[in-house]
Amino acid sequence: MSSHGIKDRVAIVGMSCTKFAERFDKSLDDLLLEATEDAYASAGVDRDSVDAYWFGTAQSSMSGIGLAKAIGVGNRPITRVENYCATGSEALRNAAYAVASGAYDVAMAVGGEKVKDSGYQGLNGFPMPTDGTNRTLTAAAMFSMVAPAYAKKYGVELDEIKKVLARIASKNHYNGARNPTAQFRKEMSVEQICGMPAVAGMLSVFDCAGVADGAAAAVVVRAEDAHKYTDHPIYIKALSFVAGDGSTLLDPAYDYTTFPEIVACAQDAYAQAGITNPRTELAMAEVHDCFTPTELALMEDLGFSERGTAWKEVLDGAFDLHGDLPVNPDGGLKSFGHPVGASGLRMHYEAWLQLRGEAGDERQIDNSRGKALIHNLGGYPGEMVSFVSIVGNELG
Amino acid sequence: MPGILSYGAYLPHRRLDRSEIAPVAGTGGGKGTRTVASYDEDTTTMGVEAARLALRAGPDVAPASLWFATVAPAYLDKTNANAIHAALRLDGSVLAADFGGAVRSGVAALRAALASSAPTLIVTADIRTGLPGSADEANGGDAAAAVLVGEGPVLAELIGSASATAEFTDRWRTPGDVRSKLWEERFGETQYVPLGEQAWNEALKDAGLSADQVDRIVVTGPHGRAVTAFGRKIGAGDKLVGDLASTVGWTGTAAPALLLGAALDQATPGQVIALVSLADGADVLLFKATDALASFTAARPVAEQAAAGSPVPYGKFLAWRGMLPVQPPNRPEPSRISASAAGRTVDWKFAFSGHADVVGTITTFTIDRLAYSQSPPVVFAVVDFEDGGRQPLELTDVDVAEVEVGKKVEMTFRRLFTADGLHNYFWKARLVR
Repeated sequence: MSSHGIKDRVAIVGMSCTKFAERFDKSLDDLLLEATEDAYASAGVDRDSVDAYWFGTAQSSMSGIGLAKAIGVGNRPITRVENYCATGSEALRNAAYAVASGAYDVAMAVGGEKVKDSGYQGLNGFPMPTDGTNRTLTAAAMFSMVAPAYAKKYGVELDEIKKVLARIASKNHYNGARNPTAQFRKEMSVEQICGMPAVAGMLSVFDCAGVADGAAAAVVVRAEDAHKYTDHPIYIKALSFVAGDGSTLLDPAYDYTTFPEIVACAQDAYAQAGITNPRTELAMAEVHDCFTPTELALMEDLGFSERGTAWKEVLDGAFDLHGDLPVNPDGGLKSFGHPVGASGLRMHYEAWLQLRGEAGDERQIDNSRGKALIHNLGGYPGEMVSFVSIVGNELG
Repeated sequence: MPGILSYGAYLPHRRLDRSEIAPVAGTGGGKGTRTVASYDEDTTTMGVEAARLALRAGPDVAPASLWFATVAPAYLDKTNANAIHAALRLDGSVLAADFGGAVRSGVAALRAALASSAPTLIVTADIRTGLPGSADEANGGDAAAAVLVGEGPVLAELIGSASATAEFTDRWRTPGDVRSKLWEERFGETQYVPLGEQAWNEALKDAGLSADQVDRIVVTGPHGRAVTAFGRKIGAGDKLVGDLASTVGWTGTAAPALLLGAALDQATPGQVIALVSLADGADVLLFKATDALASFTAARPVAEQAAAGSPVPYGKFLAWRGMLPVQPPNRPEPSRISASAAGRTVDWKFAFSGHADVVGTITTFTIDRLAYSQSPPVVFAVVDFEDGGRQPLELTDVDVAEVEVGKKVEMTFRRLFTADGLHNYFWKARLVR
């Protein structure tokens, strides 16, 4: 299998992200309109200059018409994409390839989800006709199995692991409290989080991503055109995507401490970007913290920590806002909630802000390493899609 | 002569303590326990469990027919025996048919099968219920029992039989009603006892035996007083086989085959066993245990199952029966399964691709308090099977505190949910106990 990547051939020249919240007063169309208008403004373009759109939504709308009607753009190639919880990133990946191919000059990736119109808590899958033998477990329960498995494998007491998970949630809440776009803007202490009742395995609701509506967008152009739009473009260094075949779920050797799809995806992304030591070469990472044990496992799967050591590094603050490698400086899914189609683009929005030095005094990290990693997954342990991108504020 | 080639009984895991009824219902209840089918069981799933045990214990005889009898069918119009047929992986040429509606259909299926030389698997199952505080609720029990009959190395040979039929109304239920209604008790007794005596005498004559040559006597039927009076009338005395009333309850359609199994569990070669059913008439079957019985081991003896189990609170029992609707989790209810999709995966969905009898070990597990369930929380385990496979599965018949990594589990056929009236059958795992 070849994976050549499109390093430094495409640049992001404008981005936007709506406030993520329970937006009972806004429709999906309202959110998409807000995100696209803000993205046009960010890139300094009008809507007529965008040649093509990739529209990510998991289950709030269907087809390109869903976006076309919302923003009043007709007679344009608009493609709806869906790839589980990595839907927003998938929209960006496809828009970037379209520009890199030369087919279009300016493309926009738009992601949005109206989760809070379902009438139920949490995310609920779109019912598809099946033979009825598929699992009906919640995602929280599936990911909850990672915590005791990790504890057992590395000889960590369950009480200690509970603290590690709470530390991850607390860190993300700390960051989210400093982000006006986040859904939850309240700091939560490790002690407060540890005191919550379990809802799935050892996880409480504070180990789970919030549930919010939201939309986000990115404007991409060929790298050589980037400075026509902005003095500070963000260059795409790597775009990797892996869809697992589900065999891990049935593999007796699988121990629930790692996600093989993510390991493969990260390796591909690092190869595309020419990164050999992510821990020292990256300024930050946005990762898919759908549940706290997910973020713990990701630190090792993405190569930020050696196997069996991430729990200690979490406790030591290595991934804090001003730690050695800030992870989820915007507050992550924990603080933003997870409007499925928007989340991947929301993660890129934080990289856009941080690498351009626009994250604000309260949250701005040291971006001198110049590169950010964005990781976005969908599915469950054993049956997963994984997206990893690397972006940078300079060519080369 | 045809006879019994094998048999298997299934008692569900849960027990209702009858003393819990009166404090809630204000009336009813009594001493002892009754068996309770779980929220994910119906007569079809219990029938599968009993049939699996019968086929596992028996000789390698393929049934030519599968007859399923119950008063509480999961479906009307559609044959419930087909799901059992699929779960057992029987050949497509095997006839599957339901004997439905009345309690008598269970013993009638057995009699009819014994009239033929073709090997027939009789599966009987019942879920007994009534209004809160009723005698039917307290005295009933849920069970399934299967008997493989035919010719060959029989455990017990049919040596005589007789029936007596008369039209009278002692107990009745309108289709769709949740409970049966009863005429005043004395009337039924005056009808049943003479009919029983008539069939008893004719069966003895058919076998060429006198009453004192019968060693063990099973008497069962919906009318408790009539059953007792009949036993007294024929002088059954200590030849009576225990009726499991204090632990299991009266199991309706399943009772004749269940109690026959209990008798065979304890019988020795050469003994004559009488099965007497007093239901809308009387049916008497006389069996003689053969030498083959000595080397037969029931997959799960009835007494062993009757002594096992764990309690279900009365409130949960009522909720499982639909008598006490409780607030479900605020999650979307499951949508109906696709009949055509299920039709393409019958061997997987109904027969677990032939791995249903393989034991597994819990590798890891979780408790899901968020997922939709008729009886939360969902207990879910990653199960590694002894033949090398792995499958994530829901656990059933389990209390959260019992689950541990490393514990052994076995597969059990269950109804995952019902939507649009369509039952979603598949397999769950339960602890090996």
